[in-house]
Amino acid sequence: MKAVISLGGAVARRAKGPGIQLGAVAAGIGLSALILMTIGLSPGDSLTTLFRGAFGSHFALTQSTLKAVPLALCGLAVALPLRIRLWNIGAEGQFHLGAIAAAWVALSLPDLPTGALLPLTIAAGMAGGAAWALLAAIPRAIWGVNEIITTLLLNYVALQLLAYLLTGPLQGSQSLGFPISDVLPSGAALPRLGSSLIHAGVFFPLAAAALLIAVLRFTKWGYEVRMIGASPEAARVSGMSATKSILVTLGAGGALAGLAGTIEVTNTFGQLQQGISPGYGYMAIAIAALAGTNLVATIAVAFLFGGFVIGGLALQVLSVPQAFVLMLQGIILFCAVGGARLAAARWGRPRRKEAPSTP
Amino acid sequence: MSAPPELVSLRGIVKDFPGVRANDSVDFDLRPGEIHALLGENGAGKTTLMNILAGIHRPDAGEIRIRGEEAHLRSPRQAIERGVGMVHQHFRLVDRFTVAENVTLGWHTPRAIVNRRALEREIGTLAASYGIAVEPARAVRELSVGEQQRVEILKNLYRGAEILVLDEPTAVLTPQEAAGLFESLRRMAAEGRGVVFISHKLDEVMTIADRITVLRRGRNVATVTATETSPGELARMMIGRDLPQAEPPAAHPSEERILELAGLEADDDRAHRALRGVDLQVRAGEILGIAGVAGNGQVQLAEAIVGLRPARAGRILFRGQDVTRWPLRRRIQAGIGYTPEDRLRHGVAPSLSIVDNLIAKSYRSAPVGRRLLVDRRAARRLAAELVERFDVRGADLDAPAGSLSGGNLQKLVLARELSANPWLLVAAQPTRGLDLGAAEATRRLLLELRAAGKGVLLISEDLDELLALSDRIAVIYAGRIAATFPAEEADEERLGLLMAGFPGESPGKPKEEPSGR
Amino acid sequence: MGPAEAKGGAVHTLTTLLAAGIAAGTPLLFASLGEIVAERAGVVNLGLEGMMLLGAVTGFLVMDASGSVWPGVLAAVAAGTVAAGVHAFFAVTLRANQIISGLGVTIAGAGLAAIIGRSVVGKAPKTYFHEVRVPGLGHIPGLGTILFHHHVLVFAGYLIVPVVWWVLRGTRLGLHLRAVGENPAAADAMGVPVALYRWGAVLFGGAMAGLAGATFSLAESPGWTEGMTAGRGWIAVALVIFATWDPLRGLVGAYLFGCLDALPGWDQANQVLNLQPTLLGMIPYVATIIVLIAVTVLGLQRRLGAPQALGAPYVRGE
Repeated sequence: MKAVISLGGAVARRAKGPGIQLGAVAAGIGLSALILMTIGLSPGDSLTTLFRGAFGSHFALTQSTLKAVPLALCGLAVALPLRIRLWNIGAEGQFHLGAIAAAWVALSLPDLPTGALLPLTIAAGMAGGAAWALLAAIPRAIWGVNEIITTLLLNYVALQLLAYLLTGPLQGSQSLGFPISDVLPSGAALPRLGSSLIHAGVFFPLAAAALLIAVLRFTKWGYEVRMIGASPEAARVSGMSATKSILVTLGAGGALAGLAGTIEVTNTFGQLQQGISPGYGYMAIAIAALAGTNLVATIAVAFLFGGFVIGGLALQVLSVPQAFVLMLQGIILFCAVGGARLAAARWGRPRRKEAPSTP
Repeated sequence: MSAPPELVSLRGIVKDFPGVRANDSVDFDLRPGEIHALLGENGAGKTTLMNILAGIHRPDAGEIRIRGEEAHLRSPRQAIERGVGMVHQHFRLVDRFTVAENVTLGWHTPRAIVNRRALEREIGTLAASYGIAVEPARAVRELSVGEQQRVEILKNLYRGAEILVLDEPTAVLTPQEAAGLFESLRRMAAEGRGVVFISHKLDEVMTIADRITVLRRGRNVATVTATETSPGELARMMIGRDLPQAEPPAAHPSEERILELAGLEADDDRAHRALRGVDLQVRAGEILGIAGVAGNGQVQLAEAIVGLRPARAGRILFRGQDVTRWPLRRRIQAGIGYTPEDRLRHGVAPSLSIVDNLIAKSYRSAPVGRRLLVDRRAARRLAAELVERFDVRGADLDAPAGSLSGGNLQKLVLARELSANPWLLVAAQPTRGLDLGAAEATRRLLLELRAAGKGVLLISEDLDELLALSDRIAVIYAGRIAATFPAEEADEERLGLLMAGFPGESPGKPKEEPSGR
Repeated sequence: MGPAEAKGGAVHTLTTLLAAGIAAGTPLLFASLGEIVAERAGVVNLGLEGMMLLGAVTGFLVMDASGSVWPGVLAAVAAGTVAAGVHAFFAVTLRANQIISGLGVTIAGAGLAAIIGRSVVGKAPKTYFHEVRVPGLGHIPGLGTILFHHHVLVFAGYLIVPVVWWVLRGTRLGLHLRAVGENPAAADAMGVPVALYRWGAVLFGGAMAGLAGATFSLAESPGWTEGMTAGRGWIAVALVIFATWDPLRGLVGAYLFGCLDALPGWDQANQVLNLQPTLLGMIPYVATIIVLIAVTVLGLQRRLGAPQALGAPYVRGE
């Protein structure tokens, strides 16, 4: 029975206790506030600012929702490969490749009508992200090369590539020497919903999650993914090949991260530049680990974290750097892991209750 | 009656695991100079009790006294300090270390700096003084299983263990090696040490033990003196009911060959050759038993046949077709079934539902598989039918497979394999770790398969089981088939010699070292 | 740091590259050496990057406050050790998933480092480790410049590698540590305190990562900017595999990658390859990926070194 416990793993266990996650979020926020206190900031003020900035107004909610879109897509990009125990630490790089590919296509074909340019741009962005992920997925599938390290290192390569392109082939004609591209044609942007700032991209994470859930549950390939994730050895004995699942989950994950990059470059920034991600790909790791491969929970957590990103901007007024959000998310992650492990220890091991009885 | 002072006295030991009470108020005594057998079926709580004495588990209640002094053992280290040493069923050796390094591991001598040579000399002397044959400078991973066991024993002697616990020590030995072990155990007892001998084999216990304590379902049944009991009485105490004895139906093997191996060679995980030219045939309506000491290529044989391990040379013919290069999936579809030895790891995905586990071999084709999709309703119907037919008890269809007991888990694996209507079933240690009822059910299924004219390759370390079920028995040693003969011509002595590498009837020199595990 | 007047022939140019490579390889060496020890005890720590950043910022802050480098180094080591303690608590004591815990250290560590360093971003260092030429050895032609004209932390690297190598190989401490990483059940059964050794190994790894961070902020590029280690922690993780868990091979790998790391700056100064610096900047990362693939394809990690219980939490009793 112990083997079951360890096989189920931390991931599966966490999926069972939403109470633990909520507690973890609260504890993480509390701890982070304490850390702010040690550097001389009032925890009450900071937290109020954080939450008011994140969810306190119509504008804040809109902004948080918009930030939740790339976060949720990147979260799914991590959560899907995690289903077969692969860690995609490279959503950040896939995001950037998506942005690059989308911008390149949009800038190359400015005269196309929206009906053609928009789908092409999106397809290019997704293909860019997928290709970047496959750079790590293929060695993993063929030779078993550790994907944690390769996906991560590709992030840095992507950033260098972006820097290179922005000082070379994609540098804009009016950039005045700054590393920035021309403004993308408006036809490449997603339509907005009515008069709000919200664009059609908000449906993408929902649609992606729904599609993935259906695929995992009702298709042969999805069944194989669940089996490989639950027990790679048993799946192998049943004649399932992990190769296909590795390529498809990582590739699809990369495509989703690339889609996030596409949306950011076409709608949020309107041109390719550096600093288009405040670390979405890294936050996505915390999101997926917290949501425990549950795709719906991934979206919910992404919304919360999107709020933190926006609230974090508000905190800059108190001279708290943006990186506070990253720390907050890391600490929440620890609280969730710790909570799950402590709960497992409490409920899983009755011997704790009673020391050897001595007369 | 003046009893000698007890080395160990356990009183009222209680140990709970999630869902199971492994020990329920168990008492146990060990005197100096005695060999005390702890007898019971699998799951009777023998190992748990001794793990408590060895400081691995802490009891939930009860008292441990060692040489009359109460002991609160919080770690193996504290047990070792009190002279308790345990040889586990699964050896706890560091593969990459040498014998000497393993023996001295954890020994807190004042020397912080390791002097290899001196250590090896010291261990060599110690081993020689007990007549134990090992080379201190060799890496443990190069040793045979029997040699590794000697290293385990040596570890405890080096630490000056006065209380030596051996958990099912003969399971991995040939009868001859076991006799050698008994000899050294008697020598240790003669020096005044106490030896606890965990076993579920009656004859062995009668041979070696001075006293026998029988456990059943975590409780004491009795403690008896070996000279005052009989195997029959022990069996009744151990099982608590009469054994349902399966009578193998008369076999009608045909000449049709289901499986034929010719010169098959394969490597183990460390790229050492583990099969060195295996020739075998399994006929329709036949159970071919593979006998051998663990680590002589059984695992690789099973995996090479089902397609988990590539053949380095030779051919695998399945119903006349050369399947040597076929991928595993194609072999499954052609009708090769497999029940792996490690059920929980290779047989099922414990966290997935019973339904998901039952369709693992049938999801590709109708009715469960339809084009790209899995028909969940058809899957459920199939699972319900299999659970009913194979009597998988314990949980509903959506419960995780890991929640099933060992016996029901094996039934689930068998149900899945047999539902694919295989022509050949490769069954690796199919009854290991099962309680008697489940073991019996498993054996019955194998016999039914034979009666239906299919072939079964039965790999087992349980000689009684092999003799009872097999039509023919092949003995594997060092990656080769040493001999194949009809089961009725087999006896324990002949099997034992072959398993130990003595070809033919007369003991000679062993042909080759086994390749280890 | 390469002299701009490096037109004095190919040999001199190569010398400056190798010297710069050894300097740039030193933080990689510290970090990967610490990770080798932790992984030899069976614990993967993917928090290297975070621990290095914490070490870098703490070192700089303490140097800034005290006006001298050594308190900074000590503080950096302490910061890395504390961060590693978080990982050890989760990965060893709570037996949580080592990958999640390590990533948590990296994410939270990067964030925390940015917060505590916000007041000194871009601030000019009051002091830092200057290069010194070792008397005698430093004047050997070529070799003297490559090996013996550096800041003292580089020399510390020379000393610490053989020490760690010898401790792992030749002492009881090392034997026990390796046993804990190979087969914790065996070690536990023989009374080796598994958790204690794992804690110790992880803390040592953290201390070394902290030192690596200080090497950045107090010697290599004195100062503090957010994310200044730029993935070097991850390269160090990959180096452990490249080194097949052997400190001596780790030394070779660290200096090799140091050279790749130093390549862009060196090329800009010496105008040899004349490539875009952004393209050159990819080289260390791309090279790491290629080497990782090569090591895996050749199966070296299996045959040579990977501790068998690596990444697996140890639960007593089976």
